Amino acid sequence: MTNEALTLKCRQLRRDIINMTADAASGHPGGSLSIVEMLACLYYNTMNIDPANPRWEDRDRFVLSKGHSAPALYAVLADKGFFPREELKNFRQLHSILQGHPDAKKCPGVDASTGSLGQGISIAVGMAIGAKLAGKSLQVYTICGDGELQEGLVWEASMAAANYKLDNLTVFVDNNGLQIDGTNDQVMSLGDLNAKFTSFGYQVVEVADGNDLEQVQAALDVKHETGKPKLILCHTVKGKGVSFMENQVGWHGKAPNAQEREQALAELEG
Amino acid sequence: MSEKKAIRVAYGEALAALGEENEKVVVLDADLAHATMTATFANKFPQRFFNAGIAEANMIDMAAGLSTMGFIPFASTFAVFAGRCFDQIRNGVCYPGFNVKFGMTHAGITLGEDGGSHQAIEDVALMRSIPGMTIIVPCDAKETWRAVKAAAEIQGPVYLRLARLPSPIFEEEMPFEVGKANTLREGTDVAVITCGIMVDECLQAAEQLAAKGISAAVINMHTIKPLDEEAVLRFASSCGAIVTVEEHSVIGGLGDAVGDVLLRNRCAIPFEKIGVQDRFGQSGKPDDVLAEYGLDVASIAARIEKFAASK
Repeated sequence: MTNEALTLKCRQLRRDIINMTADAASGHPGGSLSIVEMLACLYYNTMNIDPANPRWEDRDRFVLSKGHSAPALYAVLADKGFFPREELKNFRQLHSILQGHPDAKKCPGVDASTGSLGQGISIAVGMAIGAKLAGKSLQVYTICGDGELQEGLVWEASMAAANYKLDNLTVFVDNNGLQIDGTNDQVMSLGDLNAKFTSFGYQVVEVADGNDLEQVQAALDVKHETGKPKLILCHTVKGKGVSFMENQVGWHGKAPNAQEREQALAELEG
Repeated sequence: MSEKKAIRVAYGEALAALGEENEKVVVLDADLAHATMTATFANKFPQRFFNAGIAEANMIDMAAGLSTMGFIPFASTFAVFAGRCFDQIRNGVCYPGFNVKFGMTHAGITLGEDGGSHQAIEDVALMRSIPGMTIIVPCDAKETWRAVKAAAEIQGPVYLRLARLPSPIFEEEMPFEVGKANTLREGTDVAVITCGIMVDECLQAAEQLAAKGISAAVINMHTIKPLDEEAVLRFASSCGAIVTVEEHSVIGGLGDAVGDVLLRNRCAIPFEKIGVQDRFGQSGKPDDVLAEYGLDVASIAARIEKFAASK
């Protein structure tokens, strides 16, 4: 997809995120808005998937390890045709396929149930091992939050990814610097992430602006080194695209009210 | 009942045999392959064995991922660590209903010398509380083979609770159907419902009780979930008194599962739970630990005798 078309897509996905969280009067807009470009590059350019056949065995796999950013994923899946767009209105409602956090049992296109942080990347590692064992050339992608990196399981999974030489695994880190209780540094400093992941055996590609489509796509297109998992460390803006949400800790898990929705949608027009 | 074999040894052999039959079977361990005996499988099928290292949580979620690729993963470590990775078992595997099997060994207080930190007395309680989980506690080596085979045929999560020590192998061929209790000894005064390595203890206790004129039925309830409720009600009616015996806490295990059936069916009969009475285990020779916790043959027989007298 052209950069121009993808830019428009991203704006539409952001409007969907605002509408879903506003309709549900709950959800996580901040971290959903920060991963839009990663999802757009994956789903519109890179991943080999078939929305008409969501269980196709040879499809590339995607696991949203930071499962609370489900609105962003649901917006993309609806746009790709995994389920009708009208479903977005049912986000977080009783009997909906769009649970508060992704549910593989209920939602077409969701490959693993996530939300308990740290687990998604570990499940993705298992998928990548399984793909190799089955002799399939498919790729496995996952997105972790930066706060999520405080979970020990992320590092257990990372050790295994290098140990099993998973060059079919790409891990995105959404490094927006904020988590529920404050900045990463206020809560639990993450240190030098590039150095940490490099020392764990990843091929690390750092993206200065993870909300820039060209930069994200370029990182995805960097040749995957043989025998190593790849990690794309994206510096992003939490709440990206909505002026009053950008870089605000308070917009982690708060839904916009009617007036805030109106303003956000106005800013995201076009 | 002369020959003895550890259930965990049978587990390793059964996995290896299953691996031969079904190339989708893969096995994961967390640096305990020579204790859980998954090494038997690993030696035969090194390509299908994955050591997670000392990282149980990652082992469970890797198994979850492998299952989504069409494999049938058996993940093994000590039963006490099922608690450590409860979140991965709950959210990573059971919530989406993934097809992962948990072969957890060294269960119960007969782990012995390693002590209370390693003696799982609450794993069944934890696993029972998860929707969709099947729980099987085989009583001997032969039943372990059947349980492993059955687990692979079930679509969804299965928890196999496996003992460490050599235990007697029952000579007679017993039927094995998941969710169906086996009556090993008929009786009229009291029904003893048990599982795992307590089955043999209870049969011996029943023999001692018979000499004292007490007729005790012994039921091998190898599947704790889904429980054979019909069997519980049948023995409640025929014996009018039920005792459960388990190498597990009396909170949340087999005893509570049976008691729940009685309560829900307004079955007001004498009922007693023999097991670990809300305390942690401790180091000691397995037989000494069993006696300390009232789970040796003599203690079980004495408890049932007293219970039958008060009926």
